[in-house]
Amino acid sequence: MSKFVSRGISATLSASAAVVALTLATPSYAQSNEPIKIGVIAEAQAVAGSSIPQAAQMAADEINAKGGVNGRKIEIVSYDDHSSAAEAVRAFQRAANEDHVNAVIASYISEVVLALEPWTGRLKTVMVTPGAASDVITQNIAKDYNNLKYTFHGYLTSTSLADQVCAAAQDLLVNNLHMKSAVVMSEDAAWTTPLDEEYLKCLPKIGMKVIDHIRFSPDTTDFTPIFNKIEGEKPDVMVTGISHVGVQPTVQWKQQEVPIPMIGVASQATNSSFWNDTNGATEGVLYQAVSGPDVAVTSKTLPFVNAFKAKYGNFPSYCGYTAYDEVYYIADAIKRGGTDPDKLVDALEKTDYVGTIGRVQFKGKDSPNPHALKIGADTITGLMLQWQNGKQVNLWPPGVANGKLKFPPFIKLGSAD
Amino acid sequence: MLFWQILIDGFAISSLYALGATGFALIFGVSGVLNLSHGALMVTAVVAAWAAGDQLHAGPYAGAGLGVGVGLAASMLTYFLIVRPLQQSRKIREEEKEIFILTATLLWGIMIQELIAYLYTNNAKTVAPIVEGVVSIVGVRTPSNEIFTAVVCWLVIAVLWLLVNRTRAGKAVLAASMNPRGVTLLGIELSQVYIAVWAIYGVLVGIAGVLLGMFLGVSSYSVGPLTASAFSIVVLGALGSVSGALIAAYVVGYLETLTAYLISPAYRTIPALLLLVAVMYVRPQGLLGRR
Repeated sequence: MSKFVSRGISATLSASAAVVALTLATPSYAQSNEPIKIGVIAEAQAVAGSSIPQAAQMAADEINAKGGVNGRKIEIVSYDDHSSAAEAVRAFQRAANEDHVNAVIASYISEVVLALEPWTGRLKTVMVTPGAASDVITQNIAKDYNNLKYTFHGYLTSTSLADQVCAAAQDLLVNNLHMKSAVVMSEDAAWTTPLDEEYLKCLPKIGMKVIDHIRFSPDTTDFTPIFNKIEGEKPDVMVTGISHVGVQPTVQWKQQEVPIPMIGVASQATNSSFWNDTNGATEGVLYQAVSGPDVAVTSKTLPFVNAFKAKYGNFPSYCGYTAYDEVYYIADAIKRGGTDPDKLVDALEKTDYVGTIGRVQFKGKDSPNPHALKIGADTITGLMLQWQNGKQVNLWPPGVANGKLKFPPFIKLGSAD
Repeated sequence: MLFWQILIDGFAISSLYALGATGFALIFGVSGVLNLSHGALMVTAVVAAWAAGDQLHAGPYAGAGLGVGVGLAASMLTYFLIVRPLQQSRKIREEEKEIFILTATLLWGIMIQELIAYLYTNNAKTVAPIVEGVVSIVGVRTPSNEIFTAVVCWLVIAVLWLLVNRTRAGKAVLAASMNPRGVTLLGIELSQVYIAVWAIYGVLVGIAGVLLGMFLGVSSYSVGPLTASAFSIVVLGALGSVSGALIAAYVVGYLETLTAYLISPAYRTIPALLLLVAVMYVRPQGLLGRR
């Protein structure tokens, strides 16, 4: 019934259709040999997003090769959202109502995930995001747990990202190089609002004065005026929050030989293709990540990276790692709790899974960020990598470091002194 | 210091705008075609030059050459596949052809944009620069590439000027823009003139694209803004007037640079668009319009 209702109506009516669907649909969760379906909604046309369906498929193939989950195969159903929240919502409705998926892995863009979040409650469908960062995703769950408990944040929150950048900067830049001042430079987007807030709090705590805070439009093509302004303020370092942009500021930083190093969250820099995309301009760029191509974060990391490279010809983006882990722990939760959405939520909340990025555990219902990943030495520490001679070299934390800090010649350290 | 910075940066970006808009103006002047796939053709050239380096491991010169070649090919394809069939169609009334071509080139541009995003992702691409390093001009640290961009733009514009004013073929093109019927009476095949103009346009688009790819980089999202900027420069300068487009390119380039430095990079394009609206009211024929 719901299938016919939702097929006939236009997108603008889909909200009411979903309500109809909710009241009419009586999904059967019969244990059979039908495949377990996991929907993957991603930005297939973006470098970061394209790894999501690929990595999910790889995990599914591996699980299926070992006999599946309780004898059931895992089937990945992919949808391209073209980086659009509206298209993602349509895909989500289709995944839940027509393709009857058991869970969804969705998007690296916070705006997209925030648009999907209410639909997880309306359609009672579990969603895990492999790459969005905004803290608001989990703050919403805290406000309306009963409705939004179907959403899980499978990647770090912006606040955690900022904290990891600060922790790494303290070791690498403050203690080592005696840096004292920074300018925060972020693109204007949902995920950078909490990121910048935390930067402004944690940088002074590690002994770095924030001289200026710049937010620029993600449509910016010419970064010369921004770099020019920052250079005039003479900070020791630029602390970044960039994801929608990446290639252009990096290339222009190198071309203009801006003498100030960059550290921060730069999602595009996590892609192995970033060296070629920037024609090597990324030499010396420091970026936070939960994983890197040559870093054995856990015993599962390198086998995954190598298998991915062998299958697809390139290294996974940051949300490839998380998407791969997500298929595994969703499968594990289904094994324990079955496919009933509420029971699946209970099972996912009890997740304790060592994946490619560390040990995955979710924060509880009473946390201000329910269903956010737990962060710390025994769960996920995060890394600080630097591009050096075409390679992504990990510098922090010391236990898994495989190189030393090194800047291109045009960088003048301590220009403020 | 800021004054010199704005002067130098503005000059480089304006030169690039000038080159990009010249071809756009030429096409309109000669054949009355507003080619709204302009941005898509430029991005195609950039992506080709980028792919040459990234996937075929070509050097910067070979990459740039391939980019210009693909720009030319894309331009000819646009003419033969999209524009010419509509121009020659008997099913479309003569006075409606302009709007048909306008729409067709717009859709063609969107198709190219989607194809590029599908094949090469929508992330930004940059072309390996031919010259690297920086030089100091009156205390402003200027990338050598920026100077290279401005020099190449002006060389190409100068060559174009010589071509149009000093060669027989060029004079035919010029004549065609003034009086198409007169040209046919002189025994010159108008369709030959069109092909020549689209070929010149293709080379200009290719060069402008590759230079932009080296200077700032583009993504498939740049298609719309690039078309819009060429369009507003050409409307501002006077539709079809190449010298008007050159002057307008500098007005827009400097206005944008001033805004970016003195107000905020986020508002970069707004004053130029306001100026365009103002010109529409006060002097609808454009800065150098004859009508």
